[in-house]
Amino acid sequence: MGRHRNFLTVLPFAIAAVVIGIGVIASAQAPLDRNLLIADANAADEKIAPAKASQLFSPVAAVLRHPRCMNCHPRDDRPRQGDDRHPHLQNIVRGDDNLGFVNGRCTACHRDENSQHSGVPGAPTWHLAPLSMGWQGLGDAELCSTLIDKEKNGGKDIAALVEHMAKDPLVLWGWTPGGDRTPVSTPHPQFVKELTAWADAGAPCPTAAK
Amino acid sequence: MAFTATINGKKNSIDVDPETPLLWVLRDELKLTGTKFGCGAALCGACTVHLDGEAVRSCQIQARDVEGRDVTTIEGFTADASTTPVAKAVQAAWIKLDVAQCGYCQPGQIMSAVGLLTQIPKPTDDDIDKAMDGNVCRCATYHRIRAAIHEAAKAI
Repeated sequence: MGRHRNFLTVLPFAIAAVVIGIGVIASAQAPLDRNLLIADANAADEKIAPAKASQLFSPVAAVLRHPRCMNCHPRDDRPRQGDDRHPHLQNIVRGDDNLGFVNGRCTACHRDENSQHSGVPGAPTWHLAPLSMGWQGLGDAELCSTLIDKEKNGGKDIAALVEHMAKDPLVLWGWTPGGDRTPVSTPHPQFVKELTAWADAGAPCPTAAK
Repeated sequence: MAFTATINGKKNSIDVDPETPLLWVLRDELKLTGTKFGCGAALCGACTVHLDGEAVRSCQIQARDVEGRDVTTIEGFTADASTTPVAKAVQAAWIKLDVAQCGYCQPGQIMSAVGLLTQIPKPTDDDIDKAMDGNVCRCATYHRIRAAIHEAAKAI
């Protein structure tokens, strides 16, 4: 018992000594640690900043990949249909002017609005995006660089791209496609906000994965 | 609401709901029953007519879309002088090769064939495949249709 009492008497002092010891060591090293932390923070900022900028394109890419957008941006001559992106029925093909081949012109069926009688979708200037603006199967980096390349996008600068995606009735149709078609999941105002944030940051593109 | 359109060379004033499909304007209002109803969803091509010389699906075109425009139906391809040389060549080839079987899809097939040969007088098989694919034939007269288009092309 006596030995136990002695131990319990000494224990608080022992603990205090250890705590003080650690504190002394820690305080001695504190200036060095702080400097390291600041340096690391700066280094992290340098690494994170471009990554953040390129990440601005991710939500934009998610919208561009939606079937309502992507179905008319194929990288071949066949427009797609449906959420499963199957090739357009009736063997519809691009044609020289992206408006369909003889007898299979877009306007043979698609009008300025959805058909209430048949359900055939419609919006003003219904057409296939030029082959140079094909997006299907592209990763974020390539999708972004294709999007902003004036040689491929019909000479649009970033402001014109934003305008196109914010106001073009054909683009807006993707949010109100009618029938049993799935609308673009990101609400349009949110998409425009994300698009503008990307544009305001200088339209940075992600780096291609190696 | 009244709409004015030139149908087979003749001006017509049509008083119908603006959203009425052209197919029903032709068949019900103007009694031009050569244009057939097949699917009503632009899938079969039976209702093909020409709007300003271009093949369209009349089940998808609304009455208001034809205001002031030219519509040609199968009845427009008569044997008289008003019929275009291309349409005449197609008629002759169709008769020569006895293309039709049940015949229900043939008005649409002929409208599309004329549309193709008007724009591509000497079509390849690939051109025919691409231009005629939207016209379905339950009797599967596709081989005769292809042969008749090549036959008509010789005469153009």
